[in-house]
Amino acid sequence: MMEQRAYDLFMQNLVKGTSHLALGQEAVAAGFGEAMRSDDYTFCTYRGHNHTLVRGASMTGILGELMGRECGLLNGKGGSMHLMSVEHGAMGSYAIIGAHMPIAAGAAWSAQYRESGQVAVCFFGDGTTNIGAFHESLNFAAVWSLPVVYVCENNLYMEYTPIGDVTAVKNPGADRASAYGLEPILIDGNDVDLVYATAQAAIAKARDGGGPSLLEVQTYRHGGHSRADPGKYRPDEEVKAWLARDPIPAYRKQLLAAGVSDSTLDTIDQEVSDRVDAAEATARSSSPPPLDIADTDLWADGTSTWRT
Amino acid sequence: MAQMNMIDAIRSAHDVVMAKDPNVVVLGEDVGYFGGVFRCTDGLQRKYGEHRVLDAPIAEGGIIAAAIGMGVNGLRPVAEIQFADYIYPGFDQVASELARLRYRTCGDYFSPVTIRTPCGGGIRGGQTHSQSPEGIFTHVSGITTVMPSNPYDAKGLLISAIESDDPVVFFEPKRIYNGPFDGDPNKPAVPWTTHPKGEVPEDYFTVPLGIADIVKPGSELTIITYGTLVHVAQAAARLTGVDAEIIDVRTLAPLDVSTLADSVCKTGRCLIAHEATRFSGFGAELAATVQENCFYSLEAPIERVAGWDTPYPHAFEWQYFPGQKRIAAGIRKVMEAQ
Ligand SMILES: Cc1ncc(C[n+]2csc(CCOP(=O)(O)OP(=O)(O)O)c2C)c(N)n1
Ligand SMILES: [Mg+2]
Repeated sequence: MMEQRAYDLFMQNLVKGTSHLALGQEAVAAGFGEAMRSDDYTFCTYRGHNHTLVRGASMTGILGELMGRECGLLNGKGGSMHLMSVEHGAMGSYAIIGAHMPIAAGAAWSAQYRESGQVAVCFFGDGTTNIGAFHESLNFAAVWSLPVVYVCENNLYMEYTPIGDVTAVKNPGADRASAYGLEPILIDGNDVDLVYATAQAAIAKARDGGGPSLLEVQTYRHGGHSRADPGKYRPDEEVKAWLARDPIPAYRKQLLAAGVSDSTLDTIDQEVSDRVDAAEATARSSSPPPLDIADTDLWADGTSTWRT
Repeated sequence: MAQMNMIDAIRSAHDVVMAKDPNVVVLGEDVGYFGGVFRCTDGLQRKYGEHRVLDAPIAEGGIIAAAIGMGVNGLRPVAEIQFADYIYPGFDQVASELARLRYRTCGDYFSPVTIRTPCGGGIRGGQTHSQSPEGIFTHVSGITTVMPSNPYDAKGLLISAIESDDPVVFFEPKRIYNGPFDGDPNKPAVPWTTHPKGEVPEDYFTVPLGIADIVKPGSELTIITYGTLVHVAQAAARLTGVDAEIIDVRTLAPLDVSTLADSVCKTGRCLIAHEATRFSGFGAELAATVQENCFYSLEAPIERVAGWDTPYPHAFEWQYFPGQKRIAAGIRKVMEAQ
């Protein structure tokens, strides 16, 4: 709902620049968010609104950041692609493909060194499995037996090119696992309960010293790569089939079947919708950040000299 | 002549050299089937086939290295890096290998790779989609570094770049892909049809590498700039009423020293403007060059107007961007100095 609202705000020209929505992929962030301990680390990508939200970062802070307002998580300095909230373990959205993967390994290494019991969870896309950093990270994680869980959200496309056209194996994540001595794990990423159970197992294994995991979760982005992209390079049939597998209505069905009442679910929906409304209203009324923060926090003393 | 924006001009440059020379191949992320994130290679794969226009995996180091390998064996690869901000994973290949091949092999072999990449701000790209890293490349000996400021030059320079036996990094200021931009984001966008350099021959022609362009002759002050700021500087000069000579560097390395020096020796005053961060930016090289060649003609200290020495902050794009006001203030400062 928050992302849909982000899209609406974008259409009203209130979100400047681009944004990458994960509509259709919500079950992945939701399942993992629920399985993580509050001090665990998340590393995610520019498609990271949900991954940041599920760690407990404020919705106002997220929408405010998208809108470049003072109330934003980073006072508007970062924008949609750079959300983070260190206090919630959301260690950043990385917009350079693969960059965060070895960083997550380092964070996991530090957790191991400090014996903190923290686990690092690192999200990335199918396209990211072809850059060197992916392979470097998995090798690091495996040789050092790091408490890190790598989660490949396979949505079938890099930006505009089908992943199969540029990848030597069929399953970009799972088929690479054996190269690093890891078990191949391939799951339906639109089944939130399955994601949750898989996440729990991998995180528990990492926390207990069992080393890293590489999970491939199969999912689909409902829209284009970024706001400017109508996604026309995808076959209609494919889009239709995946829209029919939207994880949110599917989960509602599942809950109804499990005996949760319609009215309970409606109440939850209403509550969430009210929260989004409130967050939007606060973000809208927040002022643009004061100019004097633009040149802060470059150096350790909090300043940036040499400004022209 | 045809009306072209910069995207059309770049696509047309590919088209004419690919038609002329079967050794020209194109590779990059999404360049084939989709036609490139900014559409600069649209239609080329359909016309020249999948063996000449290759969709690459996301792997900038691999793309540039593969291009080097193609090039040493007679091909003329044109590699697209989707945004200049993504070039760093491939920078090792540029600095350590591509730039040095000829020198290291005592001239036995070389690789005539062209790397095209969109750069610069003004599209709300934030910290990782707005950078101007040209100065990092001019610092590597052996890399021809180019940045056009209009469709005509873009086509002519790109053809020269592809045909050059030296490696070229070709920066495309993405803010002016669709039209010239005078630095005022509140004005409606202007298309290239309003600009004389939006008229571009459809056929083969070249603009030579290594030659700067005097965009506007003037007598009171020289403004040395390139890329998007060529347009902003003209607007800023108009704002001040100063009769400025405006030079579009076009090829940053190798640098056209004599055009710059002749101009500053004539006007006696010099302002340098670029979007990249100021500290160790290419403007520092320009200032040193002017000082070495024009010291006794200078009537005022050389002024630099540049991006801040911080990452490009999302919410402060138009403060970071060296717009008309900042350049005009720089012009006044140079004019007032005794
Ligand atoms: C080093 C680098 N190269 C290229 C890009 C441009 N880019 C942004 S997203 C993207 C596709 C990524 O695909 P995938 O990993 O499948 O993630 P998805 O967007 O599908 O979530 C590309 C090529 C980038 N951000 N960084
Ligand atoms: Mg993908």
